[in-house]
Amino acid sequence: MRAVLDPIQATPSTASSAAVASLSHITKRYGNGVLALDDLSLNLRRGEIVALLGPNGAGKSTAVKLLMGLSAPTSGAVRIFDADPRNAATRLRTGVMLQVGKAPEMLRVREHINIFRGYYPDPMPYQDLVRAAGLEGIESRMFGQLSGGQKQRALFAIALAGDPDLIFLDEPTVGLDIEARRGMWAEIRALAARGKTVLLTTHYLEEADALAHRIVVINKGRVICEGTPAEVKSLGAASTGANTSRTLKIIRCVTDLPATTLLALPGVTNAELAMGLTIISSTQPERTLRELLTLDQKLHSLEVTSPALEDAFLALINN
Amino acid sequence: MSTAALSLPDHRSNSFARTLRIFLTEARFEFVRLLRTRAFSLAVIGFPVIFYVFFGLIMNRGEHIGSVSVAKYMLAGYAVFGMVGAALFGIGGGLASELSTGWLELKRASPMPPLAYLIAKCCSAAAFGLVIVSLLTLLGITVAHVSITLSEYTRMMALTLVGTIPFACLGMVVALFVPFNATPGVINMIYLPMSFCGGLWLPIMLLPHMLQKFALLLPTYHLSQLVLDCFGYASAGTALSHWLGLLGFTVVMLGLAGVAYRRLQQNS
Repeated sequence: MRAVLDPIQATPSTASSAAVASLSHITKRYGNGVLALDDLSLNLRRGEIVALLGPNGAGKSTAVKLLMGLSAPTSGAVRIFDADPRNAATRLRTGVMLQVGKAPEMLRVREHINIFRGYYPDPMPYQDLVRAAGLEGIESRMFGQLSGGQKQRALFAIALAGDPDLIFLDEPTVGLDIEARRGMWAEIRALAARGKTVLLTTHYLEEADALAHRIVVINKGRVICEGTPAEVKSLGAASTGANTSRTLKIIRCVTDLPATTLLALPGVTNAELAMGLTIISSTQPERTLRELLTLDQKLHSLEVTSPALEDAFLALINN
Repeated sequence: MSTAALSLPDHRSNSFARTLRIFLTEARFEFVRLLRTRAFSLAVIGFPVIFYVFFGLIMNRGEHIGSVSVAKYMLAGYAVFGMVGAALFGIGGGLASELSTGWLELKRASPMPPLAYLIAKCCSAAAFGLVIVSLLTLLGITVAHVSITLSEYTRMMALTLVGTIPFACLGMVVALFVPFNATPGVINMIYLPMSFCGGLWLPIMLLPHMLQKFALLLPTYHLSQLVLDCFGYASAGTALSHWLGLLGFTVVMLGLAGVAYRRLQQNS
């Protein structure tokens, strides 16, 4: 499943790096005393796709709510286009896709989209929205009759209704099949290519890997790391103990060699046995493999991969 | 700079027209949504009609007590019963569901003026009230030969529009305080006793003395007395006292809604 799609190579030009949206030193404590964000700072620049990653309760939704002006920080400043996110004028330039349990069920897809288009002076043409969200043929259906994936696509169309410059997508591809997910990814990339800024929260690490220019990992209300997907992966690898992390590879094979022997091989930082499969992390994969193959002539089912974002993510969260 | 200044009035009028259009669209689709939601539209229109047919028309057709036509007297009570139901379930039910699913949050994050949302709900409930009261009036005229002048009918319509407001506020308070899955039950627990004790089903003077005293606290009582007053049937209190009763109730409800809303905001 992972690494099927090429991650975006082009990063947004640094010339237009003025922040479109920023959270600076935000602390958010709820009425019940829960500290959701703890001195969190985040900048979004024009034309970039940023993925906000973190386990449940990390503060992702709180950060998004603050950026949308739905709640106020306990301390710190939130700016969108250099203005208060709660201004009506600011809201004309933002679009949001939230995880909505259900939209009013007895309105048609077409009606929902047009209601939202009506909020903006210069909305995206209706047909463009239908095409972008893949809603052809279901425009006349009541929202309540849609499948989970169709609902997500209708909500995506609603988020884009005003042709906004800044788009918040909270778990946008939940419930989508692979084809629809790829379709939405392509649309999100097209938005960024047109200079739109996208903030994405997702549980699918594969999605962040394939889509984001920059990943911000947060946990317990703090940013624990930030960078391109490649950088985040290597940081995760670094925190597992490998220091020359850029060359870290994961070697999977079936072998009879004991862990003590494996750990003594050059470059090996970790070795474990899971369901008959030996998993070795190595910073010098070529040297490790050469020795490994010499030591065990019957070694089979060999597979060498780059560390997945998932591994990095788990490593970061656990540290 | 100067072009910006020059184009400002035009821009203003454009944005005013757009705002007005948002309000109208919001109200129109809220009404359409309620109409298509059969569980709402059938119940809210059907119950007052069935009640009025049984208690106003079948049991008391053509009866007079003194100069009072019973069918016409009952019309006032069931008209209020109908408009109150539309307001409580239209606003309370809709708001509670949209609050619990996160739809309201999505609306709040959009450039929609927040007032457009509330006014759309209020207007749709009032529109249902108008439909219900007109249906009951039509039944009264055709089946029980109730005589109603155009001015009486117009005053009833006006009272329906204004009378929706206090109950819309009550619906809002219920939606803000009560968890979503309990809302319909709680609304019924308020709606039905309040209708009975306010004298909507049985004339207020037939209720025990203690209940008659208690009715002074109920907006259903005050609104029904104002509607009865259109027909010259009001039983107690001046019109002013009933208006003050409704106003007082509305202010208390708005205060409670404010408290509930602030509490929600602090935890979101």
